[in-house]
Amino acid sequence: MFFKTKRLAIAGIMLGTAATPLAAPVQAENVLRYANVGDAATLDPHALNSLVTLMAGIQMHDALVMRDPTMRKVPGLAESWENIDPNTWQFKLREGVTFHNGNPFNADDVIFSIKRAQADTSQMKGYVNTIKDVKKIDDYTIQIITEKPNPILLDQLVNVFMMDKEWAEEHDVAEPQNFKEKQETYAVRHTNGTGAFKLESRDPDVRTVLVRNEDWWGNETYKHNIDKVVWTPIANDSTRVAALLSGEVDLLTDPPIQDLNRILTSKGLKVDKTAQLRTIFYGFDVKSDELRHSNIKGVNPFKDSKVRQAFYHAIDIEAIKRVVMRGLAVPAGMVIEPPINGYRAEWDENRLAYDPEKSKALLAEAGYPDGFSIQLDCPNNRYQNDEAICQATVGMLAKIGIKTRLNAQPKTQHFSLVTGKETDFYMLGWGIPTMDSGFIFDYLMHSGGSWNASGYGSPELDAKIEEIRGIVDPDERNKIIGEIWTQVQEDIPYLPLHHQMISWAMTRNLDIPIEPNNMPRFYWANLK
Amino acid sequence: MKDVSISKWWAGVSDHDVTYSFLHSPVTIVATVATILMFAAAFGASFLTIYTPFDPGSLELREAFMPPAWEQGGNSEHLLGTDGQGRDILAAIMYGTQVSLVVGILSVLLSVSIGIPLGIIAGYYGGWVDTAIMRFADIQLTIPPILIALMIDGITRTTLSSEVHEIVAIPVLIISIGVASWPQYARITRSGAMVERRKDYIAAAKLIQTPTAAIMVRHVLPNVIGPTLIVATIGVAVAIIIEATLSFLGVGIPSTTPSLGTLIRIGNSFLFSGEWWITFFPAFTLVILVLSVNLIGDWLRDTFNPKLR
Repeated sequence: MFFKTKRLAIAGIMLGTAATPLAAPVQAENVLRYANVGDAATLDPHALNSLVTLMAGIQMHDALVMRDPTMRKVPGLAESWENIDPNTWQFKLREGVTFHNGNPFNADDVIFSIKRAQADTSQMKGYVNTIKDVKKIDDYTIQIITEKPNPILLDQLVNVFMMDKEWAEEHDVAEPQNFKEKQETYAVRHTNGTGAFKLESRDPDVRTVLVRNEDWWGNETYKHNIDKVVWTPIANDSTRVAALLSGEVDLLTDPPIQDLNRILTSKGLKVDKTAQLRTIFYGFDVKSDELRHSNIKGVNPFKDSKVRQAFYHAIDIEAIKRVVMRGLAVPAGMVIEPPINGYRAEWDENRLAYDPEKSKALLAEAGYPDGFSIQLDCPNNRYQNDEAICQATVGMLAKIGIKTRLNAQPKTQHFSLVTGKETDFYMLGWGIPTMDSGFIFDYLMHSGGSWNASGYGSPELDAKIEEIRGIVDPDERNKIIGEIWTQVQEDIPYLPLHHQMISWAMTRNLDIPIEPNNMPRFYWANLK
Repeated sequence: MKDVSISKWWAGVSDHDVTYSFLHSPVTIVATVATILMFAAAFGASFLTIYTPFDPGSLELREAFMPPAWEQGGNSEHLLGTDGQGRDILAAIMYGTQVSLVVGILSVLLSVSIGIPLGIIAGYYGGWVDTAIMRFADIQLTIPPILIALMIDGITRTTLSSEVHEIVAIPVLIISIGVASWPQYARITRSGAMVERRKDYIAAAKLIQTPTAAIMVRHVLPNVIGPTLIVATIGVAVAIIIEATLSFLGVGIPSTTPSLGTLIRIGNSFLFSGEWWITFFPAFTLVILVLSVNLIGDWLRDTFNPKLR
């Protein structure tokens, strides 16, 4: 009895203490701690068309059309839309939406944002290159006029984020940052979108903090309970995994594949997997008259398709899959994946066989019996085991007499080599957010494509690529898409390696749907 | 006759204090044997192993991640297993140790050849020369050697193209580490020189008008070099550690050239997945190497320190 009273008394004291204003427990914050291998290179939503940049952008900005976890298109800042004639789309905008700084969102902002995405320094041109004009009907109604009928306009708009016109003008960022020239603008480190999260602090490559936007229109639709997101890029694979294992972070969207088993055996952690819409490949410079880093002067060996075939035959993709990728990759013969319009299994499943002898013969036929030297430019923090794949490739090429110098560097430097078209032989991965081949044609097969570092293309091919932007009839359109792919498969400007698989490793307390573009939306998440 | 002279010689050697001290220090004997073995393995690598881990063309990706021979799935062809690119770990360690030793020894030679002359000049002349040299050394001592090495490496990396940098990576590393650690040799030499310059034999040399440079080289240097060389032995171990640290951080030796630091770095990413041998054996070698060199250095210091005798 005595003890009981004493305990009660103590409990009473403790309760009393807890009730005093000083110790009043604040409603615990739900903080989602996220880590990936590398930071977004910029926060300007139109400066760089790269997955991590889009992923950062989509947390803080909305587009007119958005996607749900099953990749269906759902209303975003546009409540509804209709195709009033083949070239005209009318969008009814959501009313009462404000930007993070309190400015109201209206038709002027949409017109501004689309024009901004079309600017010279924009890398999002591929998403808006069919748009001729954007008309304001009233404050909350706009019309998008395309040059030709565009069947994938809505898919393209998913990636065009809406910015505040007044804010952009005030901070002198009405034009996108010139990423190629490494320009610094206000928009590189500051954002003002309408999105689910506001930027609280930004320390590039170290820590980015996002806080819940209480005024977000989508809070009703997406009932997430995340108050704060702390995003800390961790470049070192083992450090990143250690951070997850020790409970320092809650979510990794790129756990090193060799460590998945270790993560699975850890209590309190889980791994979700799905096929990713991303193919890894090598690009050859087929345009320059001379390679930048080679002992062959005066001619560019990559112009000869025999040399490209020789490289293709030299890649032992099964060994890469088994050893480097630990089975978590699908060898590819095309640089697009099954769900993309234009994909053909007969091409994808029939890579040129691994045959070093044939490679040597082809090199000899092309006039290089003793091989030559090249440089392979490779990212080391972008794709799954990117540097290890490149290292393995160096060994495989050495066996056919190609002496390769590996230049592996962080993706920021690597991507400026690619978009600056200053590379002879490089690794790239490509995903298609529009689910249509037209997207990859615009960026990689059109001779003016902003990521077409291979310089591949011909006037005939360019004409076909431009033509499909305006064909609505699916059969006719797919026929031309098929013709383009036939040509590309024959020319091999890009040497396909494999389709990536995505795995997300996270604590069991976290519930977030995995999606094939590998872009976690933190407003889909819930923490238990 | 011959036997007599050998036994005489042996008697002379074994009677010597140093030999006595050596033979009565089993730790030093083990350390010396280990060091000699590692030197032999490192510099004889091209005779002792058939693998060429620095040549990517000789690697077989299909043989990657092979465990050591005694583990299940291991193979006697790769005694200590292979790494993620199919490199034989044992061969990589042998060549890696070679790189580590070359960098360690050459960088210490460099610091010694900067530190000893400056130390003698400072100690012998004294006055403002001493102040200038030693204060500069003090300033440099406040900056950790690894930071200086990082800085030199960073500057060369940005000023040289990556191709050139790859070729000069090892010399740059030697210079970085060498330049970073000269002050300690200057300090030791200086204190010796300060003592020596007041002694009678120096006064005598001055009296017969021996040139100052000759006094410093012929008279002061031999009398002050002993302690410096003993510190230099330990300095080799420190330099090896700095090299390994820089390579581990990915700023030293290019990842295609195996050095103990790069091997440990590569293996580090496979620790969680159970391929422990990739990082364990290089790390173990590094520990043994540094420990052995340190133990020899300690023994040298104890043996030649008049106060401890």
